[in-house]
Amino acid sequence: MSNQTEADGGLVARADAIASFEHQHTMLSRVQHALHSNPALVPLIVLVLSVAVFGALLGTKFFSSFALTLILQQVAIVGIVGAAQSLVILTAGIDLSVGAIMVLSSVIMGQFTFRLGLPPAVAVACGLAIGTFIGFVNGWLVARIKLPPFIVTLGMWQIALASNFLYSGNETIRAQDIEASAPLLQFFGQSISVGGAVFTYGVIFFILLVLVLAYILRHTAWGRHVYAVGDDPEAAELSGVNTKRILISVYALSGLICAFAGWALIGRIGSVSPTSGQFSNIESITAVVIGGISLFGGRGSILGMFFGALIVGVFSLGLRLLGADAQWTYLLIGVLIIGAVAVDQWIRKVSA
Amino acid sequence: MQPILSASNLCKRYGRVTALDNCDFELMPGEILAVIGDNGAGKSSLIKALSGAIKVDSGDIYLDGQPVHFNSPIDARHAGVETVYQTLAMSPALSIADNMFMGREIRKPGFMGKVLRQLDRPAMERIARQKLSDLGLMTIQNINQAVETLSGGQRQGVAVARAAAFGSKVIILDEPTAALGVKESRRVLDLILDVRARGIPIILISHNMPHVFEVADRIHVHRLGQRLCVIDPKDYTMSDAVAFMTGAKAAPGATASAA
Repeated sequence: MSNQTEADGGLVARADAIASFEHQHTMLSRVQHALHSNPALVPLIVLVLSVAVFGALLGTKFFSSFALTLILQQVAIVGIVGAAQSLVILTAGIDLSVGAIMVLSSVIMGQFTFRLGLPPAVAVACGLAIGTFIGFVNGWLVARIKLPPFIVTLGMWQIALASNFLYSGNETIRAQDIEASAPLLQFFGQSISVGGAVFTYGVIFFILLVLVLAYILRHTAWGRHVYAVGDDPEAAELSGVNTKRILISVYALSGLICAFAGWALIGRIGSVSPTSGQFSNIESITAVVIGGISLFGGRGSILGMFFGALIVGVFSLGLRLLGADAQWTYLLIGVLIIGAVAVDQWIRKVSA
Repeated sequence: MQPILSASNLCKRYGRVTALDNCDFELMPGEILAVIGDNGAGKSSLIKALSGAIKVDSGDIYLDGQPVHFNSPIDARHAGVETVYQTLAMSPALSIADNMFMGREIRKPGFMGKVLRQLDRPAMERIARQKLSDLGLMTIQNINQAVETLSGGQRQGVAVARAAAFGSKVIILDEPTAALGVKESRRVLDLILDVRARGIPIILISHNMPHVFEVADRIHVHRLGQRLCVIDPKDYTMSDAVAFMTGAKAAPGATASAA
């Protein structure tokens, strides 16, 4: 260059070696890299290990197709809600209202059928629509009014739960009545059995939902944008992502999925009860965290949440079959939560 | 010759502070125009106005002689003006290919793309790899590695490659070497010259005088919210330029229009 300056002249004979420390590709750093690119690996390993351990301790009592599919049935509801929670947490948000949306939607499906006399299909559609609408309001408040997701959904949790009790009058619709006049509400309770394995429609829906969401998150522009918004919202905005639209659609979709969970809940417990599913929000966050999805957003995969939910199910069933006090389950889950977050922090430190 | 991007009488006030005071600007086709100025001179306001990040109070911007009104950086991008921000605006956890196509993904043709909205990953990876190797950045082995695993210079390279891949008319680079070491700066400067060699004009904002004097064809000196003068780096020294932008020396009025 004509204006090559003195300082840059010194670069002509530059040494290509850069200052470097002896860089060892230790076993540990390789593991760290593998986990960085496959965030679902940790929960998968924990799941396989725990199944192996309980299988060794309990033998065929645990290792039967019946027991293993029972675990799926037990985690299906939390897993469906966890799928909704995963989407929100990937955007660096949190949805505390998932359980309340689920119960409110199931109550609306039941009461619209029995109190208003609507056809069950219409009542179900109304329940799904109201779940989506509550999610949309959450998203609108987060994206447009820029309120923190924790506060918005904490408030919405109370609002939805209170509306649920006010509207239902704390009244349970009995399973026999539903079975007699509106079997559609119990649709997800039906099952097919292959050998000893029992798959309820709720379980099948849960698995399909996870697969569809995994596809959407990985292979569509919308899915990549969800990650980008959770990773660095300003960067996403400058790169041309409509961050507000992504946030609103994520919360609305979360609401819709929770409403489906409400429908599946009727199938699982048979009746419509306004007091069911009280702990769904915490249980769903547990599944998400154990599944390796970062609470800071932008990292993790929905398959991880799937494994996370199954880990919780394996621990509860395995410990119950071992005759241990149920508190041991909670204690071990607590250890897993803290361990999962510690691993997440460690993986983040990966560098070239 | 008609300027590819020009502005006249731009004004922008923030309360009682005047950031742009009847500022003019001209970028010629195929050139590297450096914009220099002291802190607070209004460089960033000028650049933000040109890239659509702020709306000016008055004044006009012309692209290819046509008046344009950018309401957002996205508008400017659609018009062919790409900006590489100092923060780079990349998602660290996502891959190089994902970042390059963020906000303008390619979908597969036919049923998979139209109905299932599936991304055409092979095509996106191929183009990303192509763009990086065009700019001599193929030291990056894996197009699917996360951006956070790259060095500072490599990240800057990916950001410039992204701009060069899509910036059909103008590329704006905001302090591209500020955070880099000597060797990495060298690579980025070579990259800038490569991009110009492909006929894309560049606006370079920098505080680094040696870098400015090496690559720029003309230098726009910004002072007190206005264009003080435009100088040819071959006619002046770096200390002249610093003297003009700090007001220590009177500006060469005649050369401003001659260049």
